[in-house]
Amino acid sequence: MIETVVSVKLPVRETLRIKKNSLHPDVMTGREKRICLVSGLYGDELGGQYICGEIIKRIKEDYDSLSGIVDVYPSVNPLGLDARSRSIPVTQEDYSAVFPGDLKGELGEYTAAKLLEDMESADCVIDIHSSNIFLQEIPQVRLNSDADERLLRLAGYMNTDLIWIHPSTTVNEGSLSYALNERGVPCMVTESGAAFRIKYDFCRQIIEGVFAIMKELGIWKGTCAEPKRAPVVHDDGIHYLNCETNGLFVTHKKVKDYVKKGEIIGSITSPILGAVEEEIIAPVDGILMTVREHPGVTEGSLIARVVGGALV
Amino acid sequence: MIKETLYTTDSYLREEFKIKGFRFGSTGEDSEPSACIVGSMRGNEFQQLFICSLLVKRLKELEASGSIVGNHEILVIPSMNNSSMNVGMRYWVSDNSDINREFPGNPQGEPTSRLAANIFEKVKGYRYGIQFPSFYRKGDFIPHVRMQTTGKESASLANLFGLPYVITSKPRSFDVKTLNYNWQINGTDAFSVYSGDTGHINEFSAKQAVSAVLRFLTRMGILKYNCHNGYIASIIEEEDMAEVKTEAPGFFRRLVNVGEEVHRGQLLGEILDPYEGDIISAVHSTVDGIVFYAKKDPMILENASAFQIIKKLHE
Repeated sequence: MIETVVSVKLPVRETLRIKKNSLHPDVMTGREKRICLVSGLYGDELGGQYICGEIIKRIKEDYDSLSGIVDVYPSVNPLGLDARSRSIPVTQEDYSAVFPGDLKGELGEYTAAKLLEDMESADCVIDIHSSNIFLQEIPQVRLNSDADERLLRLAGYMNTDLIWIHPSTTVNEGSLSYALNERGVPCMVTESGAAFRIKYDFCRQIIEGVFAIMKELGIWKGTCAEPKRAPVVHDDGIHYLNCETNGLFVTHKKVKDYVKKGEIIGSITSPILGAVEEEIIAPVDGILMTVREHPGVTEGSLIARVVGGALV
Repeated sequence: MIKETLYTTDSYLREEFKIKGFRFGSTGEDSEPSACIVGSMRGNEFQQLFICSLLVKRLKELEASGSIVGNHEILVIPSMNNSSMNVGMRYWVSDNSDINREFPGNPQGEPTSRLAANIFEKVKGYRYGIQFPSFYRKGDFIPHVRMQTTGKESASLANLFGLPYVITSKPRSFDVKTLNYNWQINGTDAFSVYSGDTGHINEFSAKQAVSAVLRFLTRMGILKYNCHNGYIASIIEEEDMAEVKTEAPGFFRRLVNVGEEVHRGQLLGEILDPYEGDIISAVHSTVDGIVFYAKKDPMILENASAFQIIKKLHE
């Protein structure tokens, strides 16, 4: 059932409506668990919309296996998605900085507060992201170090290649996940692929993870793949490779590739000199969890992240 | 005056990016880092750059006439982001990040984080830090000095700028990455001076901002400069101001200006139907007071803050 979660009148004869598709079992007992799937918070992230659509399609194909409530919010920033803009176009707000929002606030804060209100009774919320235009990311769950035990356990079913635990000091207090976790609603963030693109294989991985979590929560009785066990990685297990020059980043590596310590990941080249200005070298044996997607780089641009050591 | 390059980074597409500093007064080993003044960090902060250019010009004259006292040293950084200004972008040209959300920065981090870390090394340790940022809301507002309530702020010092208002505000989550906040927690008395404009040059308010800074430096014993005493500021907590919101979206017809005294129930603005021209909603004042902020856009959303009013204050 399609429902409007929140609507706001825009200045010139248009109403913004943020919608969800609420999927319920045919016979309700009143004890059903509820999961919320959120995507499109940033208007340049498209993979989540594909994931949401595919999940709805698969549930519809085997509706009898649905034993809980699945609320799917595929496009929570419809104006940004339509305008191909990462932020909210009217106000230029970063939607991941306005939660918990304000019921008396303007467009961004008001819709944030209404979305939060709508998700407050959920047993699990998954906020599906797709990195940005600059970086390609391996499928991963991102949690803060103060995430509770049940959230960490659920993240293990997400079928990603890693679970990245951020220090709680770097927490984004304006994000949906922070606001929900503060209210005792378990919320995890997934990242995979890059902005403005759909990486179908990564999306399929996330889709299987969502079904595995739904099965674990008792929301889904149908088939789902056995989730891969992702290593839990803290910041000290991740090696950041930022470049020290500027130019074009040229590589033939991709995320998930295994690299050996000392191996060249790619080069920063000078188009006018036809010269290599800098080689980006793997500091450890490990897996490329992040690779630069946008080839234009300046001093300090993040080129890659390697997960290394005993984890791989 | 000594011109210095405080930070550089290469570009294969454009001229080397440089942040320039202008150092006045004592520059010897015994110099006292007294005041650091920072202009535009964003590419649309034209007024902020203009104010700094006037300040550099005036400080050159004052230095030449021996008006900088003792071993005080003043550093002025007119712009941290000329490369964005030259291409009409607000944020950092290559990745759209905001320098004033990157402090204290990471010297091994991404481009603006490196920039912030390097610049923060150069600007920390000053006794007073003065920044000309742009206001987080689009519209008109009364010139004022703003301080975040970190527990280290001094509203009585802010009063010495002689501007009519000092506004204190609780830090929001993103404020912890601003220059002002990091200055404060590192022991610098930090002030943000808002002149009332950003994307347009207003010479009158720019000169008012320059006078306010020179007045402050004089009162702190850094300059010898005779100027008007300015105002004894009203100190206002931002959270105590009344927000007047719209009940409908449409064309916004504003009927009052900032600085005007208004009364509870007074008509402040009207919302017009964008196709038929009818007045579909009226915006009334909810309190008696002075208009501090007023929206300027031709169109407005519902529930938007059209005005911010300093309560129970008279002209």
